Amino acid sequence: MAILDKKTIEHVALLARLELSEEEKELFASQLGNILNYIEKLKELDTSRVEPMAYATATKNVFREDTPGPSLKLEEALKNAPDKLQDFFKVLKVIE
Amino acid sequence: MQYETVIGLETHAELLTETKLFCGCLNRFGAPPNTLVCPVCLGLPGVLPVMNKKGFEMALKATLALHCRVNQFTTFDRKNYYYPDLPKNYQISQNYLNLGVDGYLEIKYDGQEKRIRVHNVHLEEEAGKLIHTEEPGADYSLVDFNRAGVPLLEIVTYPDMRSLEEAEAYMNTLRNVLLYTEVSDCKMQEGSLRFEASISLRPTGQEKLGNRVEIKNLNSMKAVLKALEYETGRQRESLEGGGVVAMETRLWDELRERTERMRTKEEAHDYRYFPEPDLAPVVIKDQWLEELSATLPELPLARRNRFVTELGLSDYDAGVLAEDKAVADYFERCVSHYESPKVVCNWVTNDVLRELKERRLEIKDFPVGPEMLVELIKLVETGAVSMPVARGVFVEMVDTKKKAPQLVQERGLLQISDSAELEGIIQAILTENPNALTDYKKGKKTAFTFLVGQIMRKTKGKANPQMVNELLKQKLEAS
Ligand SMILES: [Zn+2]
Repeated sequence: MAILDKKTIEHVALLARLELSEEEKELFASQLGNILNYIEKLKELDTSRVEPMAYATATKNVFREDTPGPSLKLEEALKNAPDKLQDFFKVLKVIE
Repeated sequence: MQYETVIGLETHAELLTETKLFCGCLNRFGAPPNTLVCPVCLGLPGVLPVMNKKGFEMALKATLALHCRVNQFTTFDRKNYYYPDLPKNYQISQNYLNLGVDGYLEIKYDGQEKRIRVHNVHLEEEAGKLIHTEEPGADYSLVDFNRAGVPLLEIVTYPDMRSLEEAEAYMNTLRNVLLYTEVSDCKMQEGSLRFEASISLRPTGQEKLGNRVEIKNLNSMKAVLKALEYETGRQRESLEGGGVVAMETRLWDELRERTERMRTKEEAHDYRYFPEPDLAPVVIKDQWLEELSATLPELPLARRNRFVTELGLSDYDAGVLAEDKAVADYFERCVSHYESPKVVCNWVTNDVLRELKERRLEIKDFPVGPEMLVELIKLVETGAVSMPVARGVFVEMVDTKKKAPQLVQERGLLQISDSAELEGIIQAILTENPNALTDYKKGKKTAFTFLVGQIMRKTKGKANPQMVNELLKQKLEAS
């Protein structure tokens, strides 16, 4: 039985950049726990002789030729940016 | 206690395609910011990536050149992390079924050949470029996505290198292989070739590996070597003082010439890889592999060895020539027109490489083609011009793009091999320098060299040196 503890929920939330209230953490711990339990059930099947599925359909080898296509104009590229400066996307300072 | 250094290297090389890996935007360095972008490489909603066949084949070619076992069923995965240079918040990469595994690169250092094993080779997309502003107190960074989506090859070694010299040989050889196979331009200053190193120390003779430190922010091969040297010292000091080396990632500080612990959050390495649902797997049939193998050129080390065994060059000279494919091709074209590889080798390694360097030219733009050089070499061989004159003619050929015979004619540089004419010149020099004759008679050997120098100067280097030697000797003995 997979019961998710608060620490795991906080870790997952951090990875997904989600800010959760204490109530939400509890709610999601139980809901996500249920989902994982369901997955646990699937694990009962012996799949040791089955190739892992890499892709949902039988499609393979889809390529394009190395020929140029249109790019966006600068104004268009920056149009939906939450913030910009001159010809650049502007983001919070990245500390290296 | 003696310690052994254990080094592994991770290399990123941008591939030389015309367009990006998953969209038709140009793969170009130096364009105005954010002008080579489209909905696909900006990660806008609803777009789908489609694999660039040329890029995939280039990656495969490098994989073959590194003697990897190719996964003939290869797939792509999402590597999930948040960073402002990554528009989709995931990077399309490979994790489960890498393009190539278990290969090797043969290096040669100090006359010894050694195989550095390659753990895996995989294909992924490049991230954008972050620009950190110089403005004091600025609370922002800027992003240029021109580079985002450029095909990137990652090559990961096993920790098989045991010294800085081996690491250096590996980097140089790998660079040459990527240049030879024409999959990357390997310009470190433009970021198209980058290295990350991992290093640990262990007591000599101990099998178990020590704690490993990864080093990032290495912008040149020189930086890699400096950082490795610094880390070797730091780790040895720590171990000798009874301490433990922390397993961590450190950043090379170019200015202070030291590594510093990278501040990271613990979740940083939780990439939660999963299969990329937008890209179909690639099945690589034997025939495709065979076709690509057939396009592989002779690799640098093989060529170097062939220059030694078949052409009789020294290993050093062979290494200098084979290092650059275009130079080696130039040399071989000369040799196909002239039977003495050693003579050609001297010209190429001394004169041609010097002029290329001084004029910052690439050999493909060099005005003196192989046929033109051979023509000049033949003028020396037949005695038409002396070697010192030929060297000067060569420089003029680079300046003027004129052929050697024409320049020799125009400048009246034909070698003087007429004994009567030479005797006249020698007599004149002896008359002008009576002291030298006296010195010679007293047994001073330098007087002879002095006189030869005077004769060469008078004839502007055109006098046939062997004849001058003989005639001068006769003259001095007779007087
Ligand atoms: Zn694009």
